[in-house]
Amino acid sequence: MKKHTKDNQEVSGAEALILSLLDENVSTVFGYPGGAIMPVYDALYDYTGQLNHYLVRHEQGATHAAQGYSRVSGKPGVVFATSGPGATNLITGIADAQIDSTPIVCITGQVASHLLGTDAFQETDVVGISMPVTKWNIQVTKAEDIAPAIAKAFYIATSGRPGPVLVDITKDAQFGKTIYNYKKCESIRSYFPSAKVKEGDIKKAAAIINAATRPFILCGHGVLLSGAEKELLAVAEKGKIPVASTLLGLSAFPPDHFLYAGYLGMHGNYGPNLLTNSCDVLIAIGMRFDDRVTGNLEKYAKQAKVIHFEIDPSEVNKIVPTDVAIIGDAKESMQAILPLIEHKYHSAWIEKFKYCDAIEHDKVIKHAIQPNTKNILMSEVIHKLNKLTEGKAVVVTDVGQHQMVTSRYYKCKLPNHFVTSGGLGTMGFGLPAAIGAKVAMPTKQVIAVLGDGGFQMTIQELGTIMQSNIAVKILILNNNFLGMVRQWQQLFFDRRYSFTEMKNPDFITIAKGYGIQGKKVTERNALQNGLSEMLNSKESFLLEVVVENEENVFPMVTTGSSVSEIILE
Amino acid sequence: MKTTYTISIFTEDRIGLLNRITIIFTRRHINIESITASVSEVKSIYRYTIVVNVTKDLVEKLVGQIDKQIEVLKAFYHQSPEIVSREIALYKVSGDALKENELFTRTIKENHATILSVSSEYIVVEKTGEEPEISRLFNELEKFGMLEFARSGKVAITKPMKTLNTYLKEIENNSTKTIKHFNYN
Repeated sequence: MKKHTKDNQEVSGAEALILSLLDENVSTVFGYPGGAIMPVYDALYDYTGQLNHYLVRHEQGATHAAQGYSRVSGKPGVVFATSGPGATNLITGIADAQIDSTPIVCITGQVASHLLGTDAFQETDVVGISMPVTKWNIQVTKAEDIAPAIAKAFYIATSGRPGPVLVDITKDAQFGKTIYNYKKCESIRSYFPSAKVKEGDIKKAAAIINAATRPFILCGHGVLLSGAEKELLAVAEKGKIPVASTLLGLSAFPPDHFLYAGYLGMHGNYGPNLLTNSCDVLIAIGMRFDDRVTGNLEKYAKQAKVIHFEIDPSEVNKIVPTDVAIIGDAKESMQAILPLIEHKYHSAWIEKFKYCDAIEHDKVIKHAIQPNTKNILMSEVIHKLNKLTEGKAVVVTDVGQHQMVTSRYYKCKLPNHFVTSGGLGTMGFGLPAAIGAKVAMPTKQVIAVLGDGGFQMTIQELGTIMQSNIAVKILILNNNFLGMVRQWQQLFFDRRYSFTEMKNPDFITIAKGYGIQGKKVTERNALQNGLSEMLNSKESFLLEVVVENEENVFPMVTTGSSVSEIILE
Repeated sequence: MKTTYTISIFTEDRIGLLNRITIIFTRRHINIESITASVSEVKSIYRYTIVVNVTKDLVEKLVGQIDKQIEVLKAFYHQSPEIVSREIALYKVSGDALKENELFTRTIKENHATILSVSSEYIVVEKTGEEPEISRLFNELEKFGMLEFARSGKVAITKPMKTLNTYLKEIENNSTKTIKHFNYN
């Protein structure tokens, strides 16, 4: 159903922008007004019923909220910001969205076109600045060019390998008049978002997989982006192939499935890291061999044939040389290969993973979830949270130790219910991303799991929660340290804790100042109740759990080590 | 092993695209040896010729990342046997060279260079050729007193007969017709 009746009418460029968003089925915008985008905000004033605008407290928050919104809903997130500082404040979020393939459309105001290049008030070359971190960007200087630019922006952001785009609109273009007529973009002659899956490549890959005795699947974000969870499950079950997940692939494969091998990477599970160097065929699906996954490349899966399913041709052979590359959408690829996969058992191979799991449980997990330490551990908090929510909440993390602990101990059962900053590792991501996720899924339990450091990087977004009544739950795991850096200082810098200790404010009082209920838990016996109270709250709720200062996250693949040299303690 | 590669990039006519392309080199700390931009045989499509000295593995990665830019139609890389290439160089030599007229004229002739402009103060010489020939002439003219020197980047034509349009057709036929948008809800 059309949300407006302005087709073929003369409107301002600013209104054309709003109408274009409606024609792209946008219902939500995160933004912050300012001088150069005022005509857009003025036009928005007439459409507040159709377009929900969430006023953030800092433009970075708008980008992360748009990312959180996109990651759980599959729809592109939309951001408004003004020129100059408004635009530069977007850059961290855009860079995060670029490296984590998240579709967001950022719209920035710009000084009038006759002032471009003159160092006008709040002028900055945001097209130049954002170039290395956007999938595409453009500056629009005429009202009639706005609708086509928006159409292109949405098409590019959401197709192929998704990513962030930025449309910079000069103030005169916003004021200018144009006849509104929206045409959705359906192709660009120089852009080929996705290749057809080649039958020959599928056959080659299937032959290698069928001949394997120790096949191993690495499942990445691409599986979620293409909605290939069921297809992947079918392939894995038919060929009895163990499946491990990257950080951004978490939630794509059921964590309680007998073929689930665990979480890959620096602080991942023991089995999938160790056995990467024992498999005979490594099947990477929608992942890009990040260095946090591969460890030392010289000693990474050298024994294995590598099959790479990937939508972005430039990722093939970028890090790990492949034997067969299947370029295309993960879902189509899985559908194509499923009939060719032979029924297998691989019992002894699967048993190896179970054996590793038992070792990890005995050496690490057991102590992490039921510790006999004096202080509460982060891992037991997340373990309890997982039990209380049955792994069905939307969990959004920040970056650092709590993120790794959450990735390890929260067993996310539903696809796209786990949101985290992977490639860029952006502290401050968690709270605004959780706001975006909650806006996209208002009936879901959405929990931001944050460290005391990262929380304070975007703490001002409590104001957004207050103003728009966003019932996001905030769980602070407070160790009064920048924990991950401290862990590295302890292990690799001779315990020289250089500027990692945090003197923190009273978080509960701060929450109270924003009208958000809060509770602080310091004793183990109060933890369960504290978590329940947070989860049962109908409103936003901040739970601060004071945890052990010097807890380390293990296992660990230390820098320069091979994945098979993973240490357990 | 590092080799000289000539990268040919066909693009839409878009402000800022050159910046997007050069970023791919600078972030990997690769020096561009020369770069030229011009129109191509296809109307409204531009052609960049970039020369770099890198390994094969690296040139493949660079071309992959260039190709990925939305407004790049296609990027190729070639080694010198697969292309015909030329550079143009201009040399401004001191007018004193005329005092050794015979030697100077012979140098110009042997190097297949041309004299573009002569005055009592200077002589401007033009030479078109490959990089070593241009350097050799520079060395030979230096003794007459070199006042100024400028060299264009390399322009290149590839020997394989496949045209840009054929490549584009192939990619198009290989693309999924129904563009799948990221949308699972």
